[in-house]
Amino acid sequence: MSTTASSGTVVRPWDRSAAQVAQDAAGLIGSAEISNTALRRYLFGLPGVDEVGAKARAAQLGTRSIKTTAKAWALDTIISMIDLTTLEGADTPGKVRSLVAKARTPEPGDPGCPRPAAVCVYNDMVSTAVEAVGSSGIHVAAVSTAFPSGRASLAVRLADTADAVAAGADEIDMVIDRGAFLAGDYLKVYEDIVAVREVCHQGERPAHLKVILETGELVTYDNVRRASWLSMLAGADFIKTSTGKVQPAATLPVTVVMLEAVRDFLAATGVQVGVKPAGGIRTSKDAIKFLVAVNEVAGERWLDPDFFRFGASTLLNDVLLQRQKLSTGAYSGPDYVTID
Amino acid sequence: MTVVGEGRRVDVRKTYKLYVGGAFPRSESGRTYEVRSARGAFLANAAMASRKDARDAVRAARAAQPGWAGATAYNRGQVLYRVAELLEGRRAQFVADIRAGEGLTGPRAEAAVSAAIDRWVWYAGWTDKVAQVAGNANPVAGPYFNLSSPEPTGVVGVIAPQRSSLLGLVSVIAPPLVMGNTVVVVASQERPLPAITLGEVLATSDVPGGVVNVLTGRTAELAPVLASHMDVNALDLAGAVDADGVTWGDLEALAADTVKRVRRPQGDAEPRWRDEQSLAQVLAFTETKTVWHPKGT
Repeated sequence: MSTTASSGTVVRPWDRSAAQVAQDAAGLIGSAEISNTALRRYLFGLPGVDEVGAKARAAQLGTRSIKTTAKAWALDTIISMIDLTTLEGADTPGKVRSLVAKARTPEPGDPGCPRPAAVCVYNDMVSTAVEAVGSSGIHVAAVSTAFPSGRASLAVRLADTADAVAAGADEIDMVIDRGAFLAGDYLKVYEDIVAVREVCHQGERPAHLKVILETGELVTYDNVRRASWLSMLAGADFIKTSTGKVQPAATLPVTVVMLEAVRDFLAATGVQVGVKPAGGIRTSKDAIKFLVAVNEVAGERWLDPDFFRFGASTLLNDVLLQRQKLSTGAYSGPDYVTID
Repeated sequence: MTVVGEGRRVDVRKTYKLYVGGAFPRSESGRTYEVRSARGAFLANAAMASRKDARDAVRAARAAQPGWAGATAYNRGQVLYRVAELLEGRRAQFVADIRAGEGLTGPRAEAAVSAAIDRWVWYAGWTDKVAQVAGNANPVAGPYFNLSSPEPTGVVGVIAPQRSSLLGLVSVIAPPLVMGNTVVVVASQERPLPAITLGEVLATSDVPGGVVNVLTGRTAELAPVLASHMDVNALDLAGAVDADGVTWGDLEALAADTVKRVRRPQGDAEPRWRDEQSLAQVLAFTETKTVWHPKGT
């Protein structure tokens, strides 16, 4: 924990004004004017990622054995960090309502079972979800900005976001323009995020902004590290690995690289940004590996639903099965949880 | 110095593995145990499965179940008959396995293997006939067809007989397969070799991976896991009568928690397996589905 600031000075990213974000960014890149050249100079000045080392580190963290009471704690923590997700073309209001019902009462036989942090739906389903969530305290996250490709004009993407915010979304998951990023137009990516953040902050209560890097399309870990920093400079509240529509999605090494980035960003600016791996995490065993990585790489202060989330649809059921196994001692089966 | 072909060889000592989901994994626990002949000579090492292996086997069986039950009855019959062909091809190995394991004479071992293969063929023939015999068009007072037909129960946990390591084994795993159940079988603790060889036969047959899963190890350790597993639908306790440290009544009580269908052992000792061949054993692992359909006019 030597690299992180003391708890008194930590700033939650969504509490910052746009001016503070710009000031923090300018301070980091050492240039009052945020230009493509300045961003490029800064991002290329970040140390490179040792790919073999990152993979080895992730593999090593995956070998930890988490048992009994630690496992029970981990399972409950995982549930409280899940963004229960449905992102299908075939989503109906009924399906969204049943997803919310599942989030409100994940384990009907055990009222002590924690609830997922949020439900994550497409933009047009936000009002349905908000109505179903009611006063339960579960957040509604919306994937906006022409998810999943992001291939639309800025005006359309901003209107998309404004729509979701107006419908009552508590969290906005935006995608970055990977084309611009890969072409080296970092300023465009930066300005997009700043613009979307502004829309998120228009209401009385700011919607948290999660920025999806879509690491499966960024090719290298160096790019993942640069995209992470670029997003945080522009004011992301969370950096998220993937849309779930591209393979590979949330791998452990990529998440380790992003956790290193948020850790270092906190040390540099005093702002604690969250991380959300999404896509492909289906079993409790995998999810526990991520928790180990969070604790070991970023630190304990990230073991909090405000700063770490899982984007997943089937993970919840597997965690519930493991919970049942722990409480009854007998292995459980898919007959004892809901069909999505 | 030894010379190749001089008659003196280094022993090739075998360490067998489990058969789960169509693959041959080692036990997750890494444990093995020695299998000895009826006279106490070392035969091979077998994997000593743990409860996690049992869990994995149930998962594999569950995954394979819809596909196996969804195959046409005729196709299941063909696939099972093909297994009998392969058993015939491996006859010599089975004879050697049970001669050593059960201490039988050559002719008696031959007879037991023949009986086992014939039994497999007999059950294979039933796949497309059970519905005719056990199903029915029920007479009802109304303009409806009312049809009952047998359906597989699902995943069946089988505690294989401890003494009769091939004929007994075939007698308990072939019947549930007929209608489309999938099986997790705990092989005889002291005599697991025929079950392991049967796994090798199944792996090279057309039986899809996961339809039959063979666990070797301590019956007293594995049986309660299957009995209490919430995703196992039925349990055959044939081998629980004389397994070390197992009380079959306890297993039945565990199974009652999840309302499993349980086939109790018949009597206090293993039956004469030669006589244990009947349609009732197939129907022990079926459920009756009844549908109403309007006749129209």
